[in-house]
Amino acid sequence: MARKWVLFIALAVWTCIYPSGHAFAFSPQVIQRGAVGDDVIELQARLQYLGFYNGKIDGVFGWRTYWALRNFQYEYGLPVDGLAGSETKRKLVNASKYYEQFVKEQIRQGNDFTHYGGIPLSQQVKKRGGGSSRAAKTTASNVPKGFSQNDIRLMANAVYGEARGEPYIGQVAVAAVILNRLEHPSFPDTVAGVIFQPGAFTAVADGQIWLTPNETAKKAVLDAINGWDPTGGAIYYFNPATATSAWIWSRPQIKRIGNHIFCK
Amino acid sequence: MVRNLLIAALVVAVVGTGYWGYREHQEKNAILIHAENNYQRAFHDLAYQIDLLHDKLGATLAMNSHASLSPALAEVWKIASEAHSDVGQLPLSLLPFNKTQEFLSKIGEFSYRTAVRDLEKEPLTEEEHKTLEALYKSAGAIRQELRNVQHLVLENNLRWMDVELALATNDEKGDNIIIDGLKAVEKNVDTFSSSSEFGPSFIGLANEEKGFVRAKGRPISKDEAKRIAREFLGLKGTEKIKVTDSGNGADERFYSLTIHDPKTKGDIYMDVTKNGGYPIWALNSRPIGKPKISLHEAANRGMAFLRRHQFTGFELYDSTQYDNVAVLTFVKSENGVRIYPEAIQMKVALDNGHVVGFTARDYLSSSIPRPLPKPTLTVEAAKKKLNPHLKVMEERQAVIMNDLQKPVLCYEFLGTLGDETYQLFINAATGLEEKVEKLESVEPNYR
Repeated sequence: MARKWVLFIALAVWTCIYPSGHAFAFSPQVIQRGAVGDDVIELQARLQYLGFYNGKIDGVFGWRTYWALRNFQYEYGLPVDGLAGSETKRKLVNASKYYEQFVKEQIRQGNDFTHYGGIPLSQQVKKRGGGSSRAAKTTASNVPKGFSQNDIRLMANAVYGEARGEPYIGQVAVAAVILNRLEHPSFPDTVAGVIFQPGAFTAVADGQIWLTPNETAKKAVLDAINGWDPTGGAIYYFNPATATSAWIWSRPQIKRIGNHIFCK
Repeated sequence: MVRNLLIAALVVAVVGTGYWGYREHQEKNAILIHAENNYQRAFHDLAYQIDLLHDKLGATLAMNSHASLSPALAEVWKIASEAHSDVGQLPLSLLPFNKTQEFLSKIGEFSYRTAVRDLEKEPLTEEEHKTLEALYKSAGAIRQELRNVQHLVLENNLRWMDVELALATNDEKGDNIIIDGLKAVEKNVDTFSSSSEFGPSFIGLANEEKGFVRAKGRPISKDEAKRIAREFLGLKGTEKIKVTDSGNGADERFYSLTIHDPKTKGDIYMDVTKNGGYPIWALNSRPIGKPKISLHEAANRGMAFLRRHQFTGFELYDSTQYDNVAVLTFVKSENGVRIYPEAIQMKVALDNGHVVGFTARDYLSSSIPRPLPKPTLTVEAAKKKLNPHLKVMEERQAVIMNDLQKPVLCYEFLGTLGDETYQLFINAATGLEEKVEKLESVEPNYR
């Protein structure tokens, strides 16, 4: 830890002596694939300045950023590991400029822009209507493999409509049941197909699915998609206090979470 | 005068209400008819698709040339998939209709596998021919039943809305023709499925149950489960822990623990196997503050946690930051060979670097035989099987589960083509391209 701080101070002092675009550069963190935030925006902008990165500067460290970084490390004689550590960042800051104000302003306005070296910045902006007062944050998101942000939102709607009164784990469980059904031969194989199957979910039948879901429901969906299945492979669940169908009671029960019994 | 006015007002009110009620009634009817029509379309379409399925299966039986068999099987696959989707649109979730859906899904899988195979080199086996014949026969039986139900529906003007109502109110009268007819269909399929016409070689449907093969050892008690949780989660000992047994429907016996700490907001949940007391998964629901550590640091802490709990020989495969949590995937690695089915996922909070989620379900239920086979192909020979336009960036050996759910040793290549990144697996013994995936984990935000 102490060594890291020494490096950081050295880096900070060094960037003050050689101002390169902006006085600040990178926080002391090691940036790796999957990261999001300001450091990634700077990393992408600097890699683009040198012509290694041709993708969008969106603040999410994806595969394109990864290969760009590795190419940079190769060209500059660094160990090729795809991690932006202190040495890599030092060489990168040394070799490139980062017009932070420009970049942040474009992101805030929602413009399409690039950050190549040797071309006047004013020629690298394509205005897009609408976007005016947005936060200068990342313009993309990490999504689990095979799911889009809209799939996650649709599932969060279903989870919120079905189980908003349940403990957190009960919400993850409902999301897990939807996912288990996707895999199961007896059910439709799309998220929308499973959710809107007639009679499958009471929240769909009575319209509660169209309530606006909260952050908890979204988090629960994300946990389920990322591999957490509290139900042990259940494909049905019911509330024993309100269930009317005799058939559902005949299913082999796995466990009870909150007010729901989960079964096969 | 006042009286007349009052009467006039009342008349207007009565006529107005009547008109309003009439309009409401009209609108409600229109919506009911709309919903009914959707159900009717799905049902009649299903009957038609099954008809077609039966015909096409019959045609494949008579075919001898491989050139015509492959496209015919592909068509069977398409029809089965459409019929499957039709069933999903009918209000049947309260009616046991699973077997029929499963049957359609199996036909789809069988025809897909045989259609994509090079039948020139690997013609249908005797067993597969028998399967086709059996499928044809049972599709015929289902078709007969469905056509019968369809006739009754048309003849008697039956409505699906009534079926839905009967199912929802749990009507025990049992004289609903549609329900009875569909139950007959289901029964028909059931006798077929239980006679295992698909043969022993037909495995690998997604819901194949494996159980926790790794969870060996003597059964533990509830108190031992508590102790394991305390040790695994690093609890202080002041928490209240509730333990419950798994129900009879569970594949493997396990304990579910709910850990409540009066000091922190949010509970911790955990499942532990009864045999041997292995942690299956754990999830901490506490609110997480602003990120203070990096994804890289979180990955290091996750790895340290694994080592501390005797999970050795794992390496980081994937890491993703979602706001203030890091989601990490670790896979077993032996002598540089990644064993993908043996994966453990973890969640690390970026505010204090503590582990807030753990799941070893895949790891516990994976049974890759050891020692691993040696590759018979060289890397160079495997590389020749790749698309020549692909720029290979990384290569290693890896074990994956292939389409038939069998573990295979492969050469794994990471490469780029244009702007995209691909992950490719070439079988290290046969040179077969087992799996090709486009890696994409970033989606632009919509405005």
